[in-house]
Amino acid sequence: MDSILLNIENVSKNFDENQVLKNVSVNVYEGENLVVFGRSGTGKSVLLKLIVKLLEPNSGNIFYRNKNLNSLSAKEIAQIRKQIGFLFQSGALYDSMSVRENLSFPLKKIFNLSEKEIIEKINKTLELVGLVSAIDKMPAELSGGMRKRIALARTIITEPEIILYDEPTTGLDPITSKEISELILSLQHQLKMTSVVVTHDLICAEIIADRVIFLKDGEIYKEGLFDEIKQSNDLFIRNFFSAKILKDVGESDV
Amino acid sequence: MNLPKIKYSLNLSLTEKLLNFFLLLSGLAIFTIHFFKEMLVPPYEIEETKKQMYDFGLKSLPIVGTMGIIIGFVLALQSYFILEPFGATDFIPASVGISILREFAPILTALLFAGRVSSGIGAEIGSMKVTEQIDAMEVSGTNPFKFLVVTRVIATTFILPLLTIYVIFISLLGSFLALLIEEQMSLVYFFNSVTSYLDLSDISAGLIKTFFFGFIVGIVGAFQGYTTEGGTVGVGRSTTTSVVISSLFILFVDMILVKVSMML
Repeated sequence: MDSILLNIENVSKNFDENQVLKNVSVNVYEGENLVVFGRSGTGKSVLLKLIVKLLEPNSGNIFYRNKNLNSLSAKEIAQIRKQIGFLFQSGALYDSMSVRENLSFPLKKIFNLSEKEIIEKINKTLELVGLVSAIDKMPAELSGGMRKRIALARTIITEPEIILYDEPTTGLDPITSKEISELILSLQHQLKMTSVVVTHDLICAEIIADRVIFLKDGEIYKEGLFDEIKQSNDLFIRNFFSAKILKDVGESDV
Repeated sequence: MNLPKIKYSLNLSLTEKLLNFFLLLSGLAIFTIHFFKEMLVPPYEIEETKKQMYDFGLKSLPIVGTMGIIIGFVLALQSYFILEPFGATDFIPASVGISILREFAPILTALLFAGRVSSGIGAEIGSMKVTEQIDAMEVSGTNPFKFLVVTRVIATTFILPLLTIYVIFISLLGSFLALLIEEQMSLVYFFNSVTSYLDLSDISAGLIKTFFFGFIVGIVGAFQGYTTEGGTVGVGRSTTTSVVISSLFILFVDMILVKVSMML
């Protein structure tokens, strides 16, 4: 592992009376794939949104390359966001724009590129996700798997240092889920990006994870390599894994 | 920008409804102040503003044009039936012209524009909010308030006066057609009669207020969209509320501006 890219220090987050995260501390190292596991409602997505300042923590600090996000101006935050890609659970493609416009949008906002350079970059990125043919389609014309791929393309097109994935395989069939997970891993190798992946999907985690943290009731319950966590004797984790496997087998039978 | 949270429920007491109303007004005031702050600071989304002006303007032409010709026709016809027994039909072009310029064209175009555009802005921004598209824009380093709100409010503020001018001409054409049918009035006579009684204050009184109406249409729609919560139900609520609130505000501001213009 290399140097620390992201340092989350004693972060807590409440929504009214409900405390979602309690003193969470975790480091993300440059070049690693960190998977965040946990049941629904344990604050996994909230943790990602805190990193990009879509939400503010009630206490604690988040450092990006040793810069405390709490003490930065809006302009400096905007600069840091350019280094962070975020793949939303729903894809969050802009409905009113075609695939081409969705991909060119962040490029036009961040870089000073000519039209020719933008087109070249769009074609190259669509080739990486295997969807060059969808360039002039509207998001409504795409299947769930295609939407994820295009959303992934929009996230990587600006070549961020780190990508935060919020449930990248949710709502997809097992085969497409596996394809998306393999695509994420292959892009990570090709583009040398750091990843933080929030997921319930064991197959996705097994393919992607260098390291896993397990959240329970807003706290870090367990941390380690995927195989260590999977083979843990802890009753809660064993139940989580066995319940997920049964659910996944059930879903694939249907 | 911290906006007050409005509580939505089917079983609200009268006190809670009143509180919601004041929360809405204070939220709208904070949102408007934020709009002016963001509008003045670069970068300026000029391309998006032009695109929105084109969209709001061009796509509204058929509906406001249809309304304009009908209103002009009906106004002239009603006046004809009232004034014809007194032999005062010569005054119809001037009286109809003044009514159209000062009140009918500005207010009716604004209300129709609110129904079409304010609801559209509320629905578009609202659905972007609930599907995380606004968050996606924000994390990609774009200021969504500038891109979605500032552009649309500027577009509605400047396009509504242009649409009103178009409606004035179309309505006058409608009036002329009615008088041509009933009175066989010539176009030259109609034109001379309208222009001889009109002065600059009639034109300015009608047009100046359309900038206010355009601003209301944009800011209310954007506010409702930006504060949407609760999935698709919330989007539906934002769409309806955008039209209702912007229409009421337009009528209220019209009343104030008419009173102010009379005092000047």
